[in-house]
Amino acid sequence: MVGFVIVSHSERLAEGVLDLTRMMAPDAKIAAAGGMEDGGFGTSFEKIQNAIEEVYSEDGVIVLMDMGSAVMTTEMVIEAMEGKKIRMADCPVAEGAVTGTVDARIGMGIDEILRDLEQVGTQKKL
Amino acid sequence: MKTEKLIAVVRKIAEKIESEKDFLTELDNVIGDGDHGINLARGFGEVEKKLDALADKEPAEVLKSVGMTLVSTVGGASGPLYGTGFMKMGMALKGKEEIRTADFLEAFQAAIEGIQMRGKSTKGEKTMLDAMIPAKEAIEKAWKEDADAIAAFAAGIAAAKEGVEFTKTIAATKGRASYLGDRSIGHQDPGATSFTMMLEIVGDEV
Repeated sequence: MVGFVIVSHSERLAEGVLDLTRMMAPDAKIAAAGGMEDGGFGTSFEKIQNAIEEVYSEDGVIVLMDMGSAVMTTEMVIEAMEGKKIRMADCPVAEGAVTGTVDARIGMGIDEILRDLEQVGTQKKL
Repeated sequence: MKTEKLIAVVRKIAEKIESEKDFLTELDNVIGDGDHGINLARGFGEVEKKLDALADKEPAEVLKSVGMTLVSTVGGASGPLYGTGFMKMGMALKGKEEIRTADFLEAFQAAIEGIQMRGKSTKGEKTMLDAMIPAKEAIEKAWKEDADAIAAFAAGIAAAKEGVEFTKTIAATKGRASYLGDRSIGHQDPGATSFTMMLEIVGDEV
């Protein structure tokens, strides 16, 4: 099953997104990398790396990020873990996490899920 | 500049960032997320701890270590950005015992390109690049006109300061300040400011 990592400046936001996904995909492989080591706001290279390793399998891992350093630090982690199947998704984090984990749970592959996630940001709510 | 001097420069940069952290954070409070000074000071604090162990390494190794430490400990956008910059400088200087002005310019260019790639940004977006790019061009121009290194760096620092002033006149289109749009006009960019502080230290030690 494809794994997911939620990268946010906020520890509570990342954990909250995990809670949200458990409503529809309780057995999905998903890990949080929110905030700094000390719980403060920011993004941590080490936390992101550990979270990816936690949910990694040959099926790959999709990372969803909030803004700025969350994106740049994730890029650098992926470069450091060269050769592994890790992709970043450019979509709203909460909605994307729910869509992606449901997709993974029904057995979709990483490329198919990424195509789905591309649509997540384009659907209007109102 | 050899390793010993480079380590002394990095130490002075760390001290400068520490002493200016409240000022940098204040600038970031106005148009960003208010963590630039605190984050950079934390990163350079960690950098300082590793310097003694690098005394017998070539300059490239020192720069690479500075970059990697910043990436892992800063926590904000300045971590991956300055981190990439220092790492790219290290790569460009690989195998060199001493950094001469021509080598520095080459490494500086590599750092700028790395930061542009990492931040998907360019000049004129109210970022550190608005101080970096003019500074590099000014040092290069002076150097080509046979100025000595001291004069060339003085020209670079003047251009960086002008760059900081320029960031006051434009709206941010990258980074957190871009969320404010035109309301970011009138305020100087914290990243351009911290870069200028670093270049001033380098200029003092040339």
